Amino acid sequence: MKRVRILIRPKKGLLDPQGRAVREMLRDQGFKVGDVVVGKVIEMEVEDSQDIKTLVEKFIVNPLIEDYEIEEP
Amino acid sequence: MRFAVCVFPGSNCDYDTYYVIRDVLEKEVEFVDHRSRDLSRYDVVVVPGGFSYGDYLRPGALAARTPLAEAIYEFSQKGKIVLGICNGFQILTELGLLPGALLPNTNMRFVCRDVRIRVENDNTKLTKKLEKGEILRIPVAHHDGRYYVPEDQLKELEKRGQILFRYVDNPNGSLSDIAGVMNREGNVFGMMPHPERASEDVMGSHDGLMLWYSLISD
Repeated sequence: MKRVRILIRPKKGLLDPQGRAVREMLRDQGFKVGDVVVGKVIEMEVEDSQDIKTLVEKFIVNPLIEDYEIEEP
Repeated sequence: MRFAVCVFPGSNCDYDTYYVIRDVLEKEVEFVDHRSRDLSRYDVVVVPGGFSYGDYLRPGALAARTPLAEAIYEFSQKGKIVLGICNGFQILTELGLLPGALLPNTNMRFVCRDVRIRVENDNTKLTKKLEKGEILRIPVAHHDGRYYVPEDQLKELEKRGQILFRYVDNPNGSLSDIAGVMNREGNVFGMMPHPERASEDVMGSHDGLMLWYSLISD
């Protein structure tokens, strides 16, 4: 088995209200912050031979609204 | 004419929808469980609102990977009518039966109130009893209702008359005020407002009734 990590974020250019809310909160606290993006992390153990890209694209992300990265150790 | 109302774990408008079909429309209707693969008994499939699978991953994402979702897909390929309401709309976009996606509301709030929607196309199986430009008052209740579709696809939708309804006062930030769409073939429909909650005067509005009547008329 191998452990993989999938990083998912809202597609570039799409309004991310969660990120915006966090950014505004930080600015209200006096921090100078630029763009903030809120996404999600999914970690899973899969068989070594598993084609993770197909699994992620078909079942985990919606490519219309999300970008993703796969981290494999 | 026999209706199916799909039931996923977390569906919560299933009984309301069932009730309107049985008691108001006086049509045959049955619940169909998410594990079922057989929709052959039915003429119309309704995917009701709710929070299937707790909206985990994305609203509708997990329901769209169930045996019943596969059956809905096959059912639609035969040209039969599928209507997704609210979470049902989200499920149908995740399933790839309807274009676009539904994102979190711009203000990050759950919006639960009556909205006014304008009929954009009155020449469909869902809207033929209505008139283009007519305004309906129907409630919405959602956190993820911001319709999004890439620019080129939006033009296609407009050109082909696939936009069914637009909000008069956009409650969620939807692109181009879109409240409901249909597929190219005109047999799969999705909308965020809840017509089943506006089908009797006692509910404060019966503006949703004409959608049901459209579906059951020849």
